[in-house]
Amino acid sequence: MTDPRERILSRLKSAPRRPLPDLPDWSPPAYGDQAMARFRAMLEAAHADVHEVSDAEWPERLRAILAGKGVRVVLFAPATAAGRRLARDWAGGEGPSLVAYDRPVEEMKPVLVHEAQAAVTEARGGIAQTGSLVLWPGADEPRLMSLLPPIHVAVVARSRIRDSLAETMAAEGWAGTMPTNAVLVSGPSKTADIEQTLAYGVHGPKELIVLVIGDAR
Amino acid sequence: MAAEARVSDFGGKAHVALNDPKLRANFRRAMDGLMAKRAAQFDDPAEWTALRARGAAIRARALARLPDLLERLEANLTRNGITVHWAETPAEANAAVLGILRQAGAKRVIKGKSMVTEEIHLNAHLEANGITAVESDLGEYIIQLAGQAPSHIVMPCIHMNKVEIAELFADKIEGQTYTEDVDELCAAARKALRDRFADADAGISGVNFAVAETGTLVLIENEGNGRLSTTLPPLHIAVTGIEKVVERLDDVAPLLSLLPRSATGQIITTYVNMISSPRKAGEKDGPRQVHLVLLDNGRSRVYADVQLADTLRCIRCAACMNHCPVYTRVGGHTYTFTYPGPIGKILTPQLEGLDCAGDQPHASSLCGACAEVCPVQIPIPDLLARLRTEAVRPASPAVRGGGSGRSLADTLGWAGWTAMYSSPRLYGLSSRMMGLFGNLIPAWMPMLKQWTRVRTKPRFAGKSLHQIARERGFSND
Repeated sequence: MTDPRERILSRLKSAPRRPLPDLPDWSPPAYGDQAMARFRAMLEAAHADVHEVSDAEWPERLRAILAGKGVRVVLFAPATAAGRRLARDWAGGEGPSLVAYDRPVEEMKPVLVHEAQAAVTEARGGIAQTGSLVLWPGADEPRLMSLLPPIHVAVVARSRIRDSLAETMAAEGWAGTMPTNAVLVSGPSKTADIEQTLAYGVHGPKELIVLVIGDAR
Repeated sequence: MAAEARVSDFGGKAHVALNDPKLRANFRRAMDGLMAKRAAQFDDPAEWTALRARGAAIRARALARLPDLLERLEANLTRNGITVHWAETPAEANAAVLGILRQAGAKRVIKGKSMVTEEIHLNAHLEANGITAVESDLGEYIIQLAGQAPSHIVMPCIHMNKVEIAELFADKIEGQTYTEDVDELCAAARKALRDRFADADAGISGVNFAVAETGTLVLIENEGNGRLSTTLPPLHIAVTGIEKVVERLDDVAPLLSLLPRSATGQIITTYVNMISSPRKAGEKDGPRQVHLVLLDNGRSRVYADVQLADTLRCIRCAACMNHCPVYTRVGGHTYTFTYPGPIGKILTPQLEGLDCAGDQPHASSLCGACAEVCPVQIPIPDLLARLRTEAVRPASPAVRGGGSGRSLADTLGWAGWTAMYSSPRLYGLSSRMMGLFGNLIPAWMPMLKQWTRVRTKPRFAGKSLHQIARERGFSND
């Protein structure tokens, strides 16, 4: 019994057994047909911009929004549906240029850390209660896209907005399929460490733009 | 610093803090704000009651099966490709982290906010071994620049105002000109830290919940520094106490609905980061290695005592300190050790021993505000009283230094008090004596001085209540 693991576990196991308390009932909030309104209001309260746009027009709309902010370099994921749309719809036009995040981070650090001014990702879903985007980054859409550039644009289908995290996890069976990294994003990066004064963009994006696509589910 | 034995001096430090108007103003402003924001989040008593009962039960159930869940957590993390290390002491945890870093050849470390790494004084250990660890949470970065320890477990630099921070930045950050503008100060930190993230060989973080069922580490934060620390460098080391485990992924949702609302009055933090594996084949970023160091440091000893083990339910929201009339007036540094406020007053004496932190359970009026706001229903005042008892009448081997609070003067004093109050003759005699001679006792008497230093010594009446009653014809029978 020289190894710390054995010593810790044996101490814990020799402690008196205690009864297992019951798990009292609790149900997460539900919003019915108000879910989209709640999702939007919570995100806006957290300083995000929310745009409801049609599937046909979102790339053009986004190009105008980003051009209006003076953005020139936009990071995108070429293998996702949203990435393919951007590559197709933005080809040849005026406005920001697209840079693909298609190689390992080690080869792309300067672009990621300093050059990209915005990045466009998909969101797997939305959560009305807290105004959160559900991101499951992966091989096609790397983790740092939603984190390093000063502007993060997330594209989410309106039909994927659910009431709560509890509902989302249960309905989508997360427990059996957890990815390398799952993230909830509920606004731009912020801090209140200095005199409880809110400031945005301390390490992550200073702006979060959410494009909600299509009709209700 | 890690090896330095520390002893609590609450009384002495509280005196200094109470006479520091700037410190008191900084804490008062911050705590008033945090209390109001929390109250706004829990404005529906029915929702609060149900959610909190659920949260308390989730934590109590996890503790009831702690050894089994830790084994399950380890098995699932290992299956996911995350390496698990166990450490009984801070020294073992520090050695484990250093070993992992050395094996990877890592020299530069970027850190996300983690109270457990403060508990083990990891930065000092790494520094002593030639590894630079830079704190990246804005509050932690500020106190690291200032060479201080956190004064609050959620908002580490809450004791400083922006003038102090502006001066610090102008002094310590190259090329930084003096500004009190909070946006400009944050931008300066972003600029200074961006390349530290990019150059780091490793990221070190804490953990908010470790999910046994899926082998997932859940980390919450607002700034994005936690995600950067756990995503950009090629190596991620998470350090956590063994009590942070929960059974199922489903348990995370209600706990997440309690933690940020209790802590900062936010319905959720900007980022909830769930990590279940290192970078997989085909993925373009994320660390190639992820390690978890599980720290005991006395927790398994505390666990042996069923009552005291409730301390381990804590999810580190800091609501207890935000609502504590003592903490608010004296600030976090008064508590000497890593965890201040009500949770610190019960946790520190159990981790460090009553012989070096035995004054902390007494730094309380037992008003109960902490227990009222605790999202996992830790009965803090009961545990404070229990620890006060352990300090004089040790009953449990779970508490080190039990009995150390006993002094001859106290023992004799209370023995005399007991004798006096259990004998009517002795009581009558001593109250008459006090009536006759009590006012001759000088205010500077050793035991009286603590009281009379800031108050007028009360005057004894010439006659006791018993005497007056008897003279007016009342009888004991």
